[in-house]
Amino acid sequence: MTAPSLPAATVAGLAKGLNAGEFSSVELTEACLGRIAASQPGLNAFITVTAEAALAEAGAADTRRREGRAGPLTGVPIAHKDIFCTQDVLTTCGSRMLSNFVSPYDATVVAKLREAGTVALGKLNMDEFAMGSSNETSFFGPVRNPWDTTRVPGGSSGGSAAAVAARIAPAATATDTGGSIRQPAALCGVTGIKPTYGRVSRYGMIAFASSLDQAGLITVSAEDAALMLGAMAGFDPRDSTSVDSPVPDYAATLEQPLAGLTIGLVKEFFDKGLDRQCEQRIRDALAVYEKLGARLVEVSCPNLPLSVPTYYVVAPAECSSNLARFDGVRFGHRCESPRNLTDLYNRSRGEGFGAEVKRRIMTGTYVLSAGYYDAYYLKAQRVRQLISRDFAEAFGQVDLLLGPTSPTAAFAIGAKTEDPITMYLNDIYTIGANLAGLPAMSLPCGFADGLPVGLQLIGPHFSEARMLNAAHRYQMETDWHLRVPAAFG
Amino acid sequence: MSLTRADIEKIAQLARLDLTEAEIPVYVDSLSRIMDFVGELERAGTAGTSPMAHPLPGLAQRLRADVVSETDQRERYQRNAPQVEAGLYLVPKVIE
Repeated sequence: MTAPSLPAATVAGLAKGLNAGEFSSVELTEACLGRIAASQPGLNAFITVTAEAALAEAGAADTRRREGRAGPLTGVPIAHKDIFCTQDVLTTCGSRMLSNFVSPYDATVVAKLREAGTVALGKLNMDEFAMGSSNETSFFGPVRNPWDTTRVPGGSSGGSAAAVAARIAPAATATDTGGSIRQPAALCGVTGIKPTYGRVSRYGMIAFASSLDQAGLITVSAEDAALMLGAMAGFDPRDSTSVDSPVPDYAATLEQPLAGLTIGLVKEFFDKGLDRQCEQRIRDALAVYEKLGARLVEVSCPNLPLSVPTYYVVAPAECSSNLARFDGVRFGHRCESPRNLTDLYNRSRGEGFGAEVKRRIMTGTYVLSAGYYDAYYLKAQRVRQLISRDFAEAFGQVDLLLGPTSPTAAFAIGAKTEDPITMYLNDIYTIGANLAGLPAMSLPCGFADGLPVGLQLIGPHFSEARMLNAAHRYQMETDWHLRVPAAFG
Repeated sequence: MSLTRADIEKIAQLARLDLTEAEIPVYVDSLSRIMDFVGELERAGTAGTSPMAHPLPGLAQRLRADVVSETDQRERYQRNAPQVEAGLYLVPKVIE
């Protein structure tokens, strides 16, 4: 048996190799751990590597396979965004606040993927508490983009996207509150899916904005995403927003023809602010979809340009409430020698949270405070309703929406850290899907000056199967998703 | 909309965040800019539109039966606590 070539690997391919006995899970896991160690100084994609536990899990997976008890994902190594609680493993959420937190339990997503036989390599770097679009807010230092290490990988799931792009982990869990799966997937040239709100359990996923947060994943291909999502999705009584509806076999419908599919082009996505080269790559992709038999229709979502300001009221409001639990009493960072209880709260939080997290907590506190609640918070919730209705109307005419994921390709580290608004506008095309709870994906669709460009698909609630099908058919016609950064080939 | 130093100090106090002297002007500037930016929402016509709190229309929060569903794992959970004694979380004295 020989270890597989990881640069050419997909989850689907590795699963086949494992089943055919071409290599063992232990060999595969060792190969990943070797690549992780070699890449860590340059990329900083991982916060914690659980090498010993991974090899033990891989050994157990090999045993199960020998005994004929293997499932489709048994022995495939993956990594988790450090926002998912992992029992007896450090779970930091990218923050000093949780830099000493060893979770006493597993997130449902972690438990489900373990039950499916996957091997967990460790915990991936991320923007602190998932607040950021460049992975520069992490307490553990920025992640670098494998295509150009002077540039950001996007965020907040920057570690997840960089690890899959550099082929140091075949697949990674991720989360998306305003674009945190799709934007880094686009900037790193990999495939990312944010499922419908409630499709995947949020139990054990550290909360940022509970009406927007959704767990998903980053993979090389849509086929891999289908395999992984099938294992992650489903009802969880421990998450009160989990939706009780059956999980379709996403892999079964991947190859359905697209003839008759109607794709909507949202006028507002192409209006202004979109980089010309990125726009051209999206137009190239549209030509591929036309060739596949899809019909293109222009649609308008007139309230969509208000999605970023709406988000920056709703998300900080929910974050200020969710992050109130970090009080220095039960877990997390505590300041030295507190003078009294108030001092303990104030200094533990002041020291434990980074600059962007504090900014969002304060923004949220302000918009919820007496005298401002109606003008900001209620107003934003009403505009959210309008944006949601725009999408519902569009889906009365079309099956899926297609547009850019991000206005530009990856930008330089440090380029947008001065002005928060400039950073927030990176998510101008992705936030709408979160506000409306819709599933959305990003797929690699070419390059602009050597940097990956992503196209975004948005579907109606619970249309993941159709979206993955449309993504897979595109990836059968193109090989952008199989391109690997030169340094990691 | 321009926030003042006093506004930031009040918000930080409400949010239980100790800010350093150097942080205050940074947040005066960035929160003012954020409030200007979200002020754009004022222009949206929302008369007769209900506020949306849940992204899936028609779904209500589930309730479960009020029965014990967890076992006692206090010791395990308290391993992450900064300071405990006899199963209790310790904090500075609250009542003199």
